[in-house]
Amino acid sequence: MRTKRIKGIKFGLLSPKEIRKMSASKIITADTYGEDGFPIEMGLVNQRLGVIDPGLRCKTCGGRMGECPGHFGHIELAAPVIHIGYAKLIYRMLSATCRECGGVLLEDAYFLFSVSDTELEHDLKREIISEKWHKEFGDSGFPLSTNASITKEKNDEWAITDKELFIIRKEAGKLNVYDAGEKGRFLNDIELRKKQPGVGEVVKRMFKEAAKHTVCSHCGDHLFDFAADARLENSLNKGEDVISKELRRKFATEGHALSKNPSIKKVTDNKWLITDKDKRYIIKKGNGKLTVDCGTPQRVIKFDKPSSYIEIDEKERKRRLMPSDVRERLEKIPDEDIPLFGMTPKSARPEWMVLTVLPVPPVTARPSITLESGQRSEDDLTHKLVDIIRINHRFMDNRAAGAPQLIIEDLWELLQYHISTYLNNEIAGIPPARHRSGRPLKTMTQRLKGKEGRFRGSLSGKRVNFSARTVISPAPDIDIDEVGVPEAIAKELTVNVNVTERNIDLLKETVRRGNEHPGANYVRRADGKKVKITETNYETLVEELDIGWKVERHLRDRDIVLFNRQPSLHRMSIMAHYVRVMSGKTFRLNPTVCPPYNADYDGDEMNLHVLQTEEARAEAKILMAVQHNIISPRFSRPIIGGIHDHVSSLFLLTYGEKKFDREETLEILKGIDIDSLREPAGTFRSEVSGLGSEDIPYWTGKQIFSMILPAGLNLQFQGKVGGVTIRDGNLESGVIDEIAVGSFKGKIIDRMVRQYGEEAAKKFINDLARLATNYILRAGFSFGISDEDIPKEGEQQIKKEAMREAEHKVDELIKAYEAEELEALPGRSIEETLELRIMETLGRARDEAGGIAERYLGIENAGVLMAKSGARGSLLNLTQMAACVGQQSVRGERIKRGYRGRTLPHFKHADRGAKAHGFVKPSFKEGLSPTEYFFHAVGGREALVDTAVRTSQSGYFQRRLINALLDLEVKEDETVRETRDTIVQFKYGEDGVDPSACEYGKVVDIDEIIKDVMAGTGA
Amino acid sequence: MKKGKISILEHELVPKHEIMGAEEIKELLDKYKIKRVQLPKIKLSDPVIKEIKADAGDVVKIKRQSRTAGTALFYRLVIE
Repeated sequence: MRTKRIKGIKFGLLSPKEIRKMSASKIITADTYGEDGFPIEMGLVNQRLGVIDPGLRCKTCGGRMGECPGHFGHIELAAPVIHIGYAKLIYRMLSATCRECGGVLLEDAYFLFSVSDTELEHDLKREIISEKWHKEFGDSGFPLSTNASITKEKNDEWAITDKELFIIRKEAGKLNVYDAGEKGRFLNDIELRKKQPGVGEVVKRMFKEAAKHTVCSHCGDHLFDFAADARLENSLNKGEDVISKELRRKFATEGHALSKNPSIKKVTDNKWLITDKDKRYIIKKGNGKLTVDCGTPQRVIKFDKPSSYIEIDEKERKRRLMPSDVRERLEKIPDEDIPLFGMTPKSARPEWMVLTVLPVPPVTARPSITLESGQRSEDDLTHKLVDIIRINHRFMDNRAAGAPQLIIEDLWELLQYHISTYLNNEIAGIPPARHRSGRPLKTMTQRLKGKEGRFRGSLSGKRVNFSARTVISPAPDIDIDEVGVPEAIAKELTVNVNVTERNIDLLKETVRRGNEHPGANYVRRADGKKVKITETNYETLVEELDIGWKVERHLRDRDIVLFNRQPSLHRMSIMAHYVRVMSGKTFRLNPTVCPPYNADYDGDEMNLHVLQTEEARAEAKILMAVQHNIISPRFSRPIIGGIHDHVSSLFLLTYGEKKFDREETLEILKGIDIDSLREPAGTFRSEVSGLGSEDIPYWTGKQIFSMILPAGLNLQFQGKVGGVTIRDGNLESGVIDEIAVGSFKGKIIDRMVRQYGEEAAKKFINDLARLATNYILRAGFSFGISDEDIPKEGEQQIKKEAMREAEHKVDELIKAYEAEELEALPGRSIEETLELRIMETLGRARDEAGGIAERYLGIENAGVLMAKSGARGSLLNLTQMAACVGQQSVRGERIKRGYRGRTLPHFKHADRGAKAHGFVKPSFKEGLSPTEYFFHAVGGREALVDTAVRTSQSGYFQRRLINALLDLEVKEDETVRETRDTIVQFKYGEDGVDPSACEYGKVVDIDEIIKDVMAGTGA
Repeated sequence: MKKGKISILEHELVPKHEIMGAEEIKELLDKYKIKRVQLPKIKLSDPVIKEIKADAGDVVKIKRQSRTAGTALFYRLVIE
């Protein structure tokens, strides 16, 4: 594919000229449709602005609906109006420019020294700062550093950038060296940054700097004259800080006595600028005399939000600057000053920010809707434009009739309001324009802004076809790479099939079935015409169906689809599944694939997308299939595996030496694809009444599990309860638990993928899920409140041994503390020490209580079994339920908040005891007292707040990481590169290892290989 | 360097930077089939670059400790 690179984007303002030029029609009437029902000429839904009704033709381009893109019109405004989007910028510009001459209030470049030398000029032309130039600068008191650089600005003008910015101009055969002055420096800064972010910063600084000046240095009022005098001129030319006595005297006699150290700068050959504190004098030479002007003082301008400007003069009188005044001022800003605003005068003159002509968007951008009643309902923008035209007319009529200024100003304000809300209906300080129903209108800004706006809502994100969404529910009997799809959805979602010689008969049958499930909805003829299959036409369609046609057939079993659950945080959040059409209304998925999607069945919904091209199907099959994603590249371990009951069940099955006869064994292995049962482990004698005894073969639970393992599998690892040994596909010892088959751990699954491949691993997971389900159905498994029962003596033991002792200890600690006998831990205060010791004591007490409870609850207890096998829950959960809830904490400390000196009114002031600070003695089963319940809620809230904060923060962090990294790609040579092929990493991850295809971060696991070989040889 | 100051090059967290020769650079660029500008960059103002007195346009070879690969080689083009 050819890629194109965007060189630049130009932003500009529409000039009135441009608006008129692009306009297809001037709009003068606010009415839309005439009495005949046709659009009015020069009205708002003018036929020159495009067509939205079928059958009509555009009067501008002649195109029909769909062909004509629409054309702009324009409204001539009776008076200029501020564009609300630029109100703030206009204010900045007004403050930064001279109220009289329009020049930016920054000092121009000023003269430093001058040389005339051909050699120096030659150096300039070659753009070299030669030794000679260094000397010239040094001699004149401006030594250049070695870092100085020279660039040619234009003909006969060069700039030297050092710490200062110098400009050298060739003027009248001489080379004049100037200091760039404030203006020159800013212009240079902006020019330098033009092509990168950061111009805004400079412009902002410029505005701030310019607004500081209270007098203009370009224009002024005439003060007095001198007779031209060479000596005087010479003293002026000597530059800064030198002022002749004569000059000083003259100024004093004219009543403008200068202070001790005014600065004089030569701007041009016949213009000088004297800056004396906050006064400025401009001296010009002409007509044989020197004229002295006083720099124009700048009146303060205030921005009265949202769109008026008020000028305050020296006598504190306020005057409103009408938009026409504003426009006049902006017009005065000279073109050469515009770049200081970060703008280009050619494409954005400041005065264009004050509207005199309003462009009217084409009707295609604001289509009206015809209601069932035949009435037309216009778009919000059209409504707003109607308002604008009405006020515009009233304004013109009133002005023509010579109405009083007050009325004119009111109308002007109204016009400003309508245009402001037309552009943005959510401006602070302006009541939003409303529809007749009271709903705020959706105008220009509202169309673009926010989540539902044009950018985020219509361009970055779109609604997609061939997709479905519904609630998910479990189906342990389908494969892990399948998804159960309700028939109703299967009939709505279609796959496009080309009719060929080979499938024509099949497709004819499909078309014949029509709406009946494995049927079809549409056919597309060879000429591209789409025909819906109906009760009435299916027979003819079957008849006509031919090679070259296309059939949009229903989704069927074994079609490949993408299945997704939001938030899509990793690549396993979207995987390819095979369809299984089912009755019901939910998507069905195997519980083993819940972990990668992070799904559960408490009402979660998921999305399904039907692939439409052969390429997409192939890609999905190869890259996104469930079996391809068993190993997570995140931690290099299986993310798909047994969960909850799978683990409990297999743990039960393989725990101890359970014996099953042939019938039982077959039932447990039901639905699993194995050829034969293995050799029975042995036989047991069974008395059959009246027939004597019989030897019945049996299989152990471990053997049954081994039947889903492939021959040749050797594996040894430490399980949750003791070691597990698998030799040649036989579970010889150990119990199957979470570490063996669970998701996120699953050592056996991991080995299956690496040794036997994805397909075998997929089958293994399928088998283990079925086996586990079969067995737990047979064995039964439940957990209830009575499972937390501990015998009386156990309860007594907990109360006496653990609790009473701990409470006693805490009391002693407090006593010791109060007697000031407590010894502080290193680096802790005595109070902290007490708290720590109490926490420690109570923590130990709970663990002890838990330990006692555990002694009475054996592995036969469902809770303990789940905790020990890793299926669900922990021993801590059990302790809390059966023995003691324990200390509640906030930020790792006992609960201290509440009233002064106590947590709740139920306790004595300054009570440091366990009960008063959130120690919950009873178990959940026994029940909590009101105060204990309250403390538990206090502790629980922290956890809730933490998760809320964490999810939002990590979500945002993830988003930023994705945006930063999304273009990076690992190339064939293992380098990581971005879109310009610039290298980011010379070897992916520095070692070039794909975590999803290696042994826990290493390319090969030598230890495992050795173990495997040893096991294979029987050593 | 000021008296009493320790060269940052000796700090254990600073990987070894080395200015590459023209021959070596050519080999590198050929190996990855890239132009000089496609190399990762390092600023002239980088403390190590200042210390080893590399110039803009030089390519430095950085040998650093890696959690995954033991030691890893990295190359950077010095820019202003």
